Amino acid sequence: MTEPLAAAVAAPRRQHWVMLAIGAMAALLAVAPFVGIYPVFLMKALCFALFACAFNLLIGFGGLLSFGHAMFLGTAGYVCAHAAKVWGWPPEAAILAGTGAAATLGLVTGLLAIRRQGIYFAMITLALAQMIYFFCLQAPFTHGEDGIQAVPRGKLFGLLDLSNTLTMYYVVLVVFIAAFALIYRVINSPFGQVLKAIRENEPRTISLGYDAERYKLLAFVLSATLAGLAGATKAIVFQLASLTDVHWTMSGEVVLMTLLGGMGTVFGPVVGAFIIIGLENYLAAFGEWVTVITGAIFVVCVLAFRRGIVGEIMAWWSRRNIVK
Amino acid sequence: MTEIFGIPTQALFGQLLIGLINGAFYALLSLGLAVIFGLLNIINFTHGAQYMLGAFCSWFLLERWGVGYWWSLLIAPLAVAATGVLIERTMLSRLYKLDHLYGLLLTFGIALMIQGVFTKYYGSAGQPYRLPEEFAGAFNLGFMLLPKYRAWVILASAIVCFGTWYVIERTELGSYLRAATENPALVQAFGVNVPRMVTLTYGFGVGLAAFAGVMAAPIYQVNPLMGTNLIIVVFAVVVIGGMGSILGAILTGFGLGIVEGLTKVFYPEASNTVIFVVMVIVLLIKPAGLFGRER
Repeated sequence: MTEPLAAAVAAPRRQHWVMLAIGAMAALLAVAPFVGIYPVFLMKALCFALFACAFNLLIGFGGLLSFGHAMFLGTAGYVCAHAAKVWGWPPEAAILAGTGAAATLGLVTGLLAIRRQGIYFAMITLALAQMIYFFCLQAPFTHGEDGIQAVPRGKLFGLLDLSNTLTMYYVVLVVFIAAFALIYRVINSPFGQVLKAIRENEPRTISLGYDAERYKLLAFVLSATLAGLAGATKAIVFQLASLTDVHWTMSGEVVLMTLLGGMGTVFGPVVGAFIIIGLENYLAAFGEWVTVITGAIFVVCVLAFRRGIVGEIMAWWSRRNIVK
Repeated sequence: MTEIFGIPTQALFGQLLIGLINGAFYALLSLGLAVIFGLLNIINFTHGAQYMLGAFCSWFLLERWGVGYWWSLLIAPLAVAATGVLIERTMLSRLYKLDHLYGLLLTFGIALMIQGVFTKYYGSAGQPYRLPEEFAGAFNLGFMLLPKYRAWVILASAIVCFGTWYVIERTELGSYLRAATENPALVQAFGVNVPRMVTLTYGFGVGLAAFAGVMAAPIYQVNPLMGTNLIIVVFAVVVIGGMGSILGAILTGFGLGIVEGLTKVFYPEASNTVIFVVMVIVLLIKPAGLFGRER
């Protein structure tokens, strides 16, 4: 009897700690450009961290492994870049358009993908993403191999000039923290609890009267939308939307970030994204070895390190507390 | 010149032939995936890389040691299957008690490593594989020319596919395999060495992929990325067919190759995506796949 009670008391306290940690993370990131870390690197890492968090929402809390999340990142990027460059929309509207496009795509692909589970789900999302990739390769507005280049950053709400790197950085940071808080709110809501229940035992959740398909679809659309937000923001930051972002390697990369950081942990994807982006920066000179190292990290994580960095730390922490 | 639906027959049959050849590869690869999935419950993401390894192995044999096509058709699948057995013993076998998704992630990582190493040393340009002399020339069928090698590819893969089907569905060895697919613990209790069977099954599936690679070497150029794009299409083929049935995997493979070939004739822009579109339609109508069972 004492255990559930202790857990019930501990839960609000833990939430308290997580809130503090989110605040600390925000503060750290806010001062990061002043301690010599390049804002451009930080912005890239933050976009990918958001992408990984969105992906983690699906795998970590819904148990659904999507191997095609690049389609949301890439599509949102293209739509956002097109809106900003060709239609001359202000950045906030362009980002919204990109995010909306990803949400719509998420709804359509989600309706198809949730018809199967487990391994099939992964293969279906991968195949659908490949279809989107071929579409982006052939559609005229994406400009094929060139991508959409020189996308104007514009002025946010007509006030903030985003061509200033530091201004851009803080806008990205605000977007990231807001989305992160939203994800945290979602996984601790009743909706999030039902999602976890479906992950643990789907037939049982259905027998308790929950419409599992609807919950899964909603989680999928939400994850796609946030991945789209990451993609659209990234397009504005780098003033570029290209095929790299829709390619399957990108889908693999986000899986890797989440796996390395810790699937199903709140901060894991952020840690994973920063490590992988940092690694790619350092290893850029080694060319093809990056692929080999990426593959090796996958293998090591799966064989020896399944909880990921944050997951291992948390497991170690709770073991220590039990011993005490 | 004769025409069907306003398309010259020559072009139509030419594309049908290409479709049938692609279909042969889809069938061989999805068959291997289905055999592995049946017993190991793992989707082998390394399959595309192992197909590429098969092609590279035969290329090596010819360029370095002058070993001809026929020998490499035997040696390359065995060699690649041996590496597969090694992968299964050292890595995959640790994951059977876990969520099946970990198997997918592990094999994805291995595929990246193999592909990365080969891209590092051979770039992404293709290496040509010389066609064996006995295959030079073509049969004249009256309505079209059928290159000898292409005829051989279709014939050989059909034989291998149906041979595999026969062994699994009609022999005693196959009955053990099917029984172990249903209930491994019970089969082991009867004194069958199930772990060894699992290892050999993985090796066999990988060998099939390498066999397809050797067959593909003279047609497509041998290049490190040849397997990756193909494997995604094969995943779609597997979703369409459902992995429950061996015969289903074979028929779906050949069938979709033909569908793809026909699309190239009538609406070339969609030829890259038609298989994915078929997948979407099948998911809407029969989510378990054409030959699959709802589980």
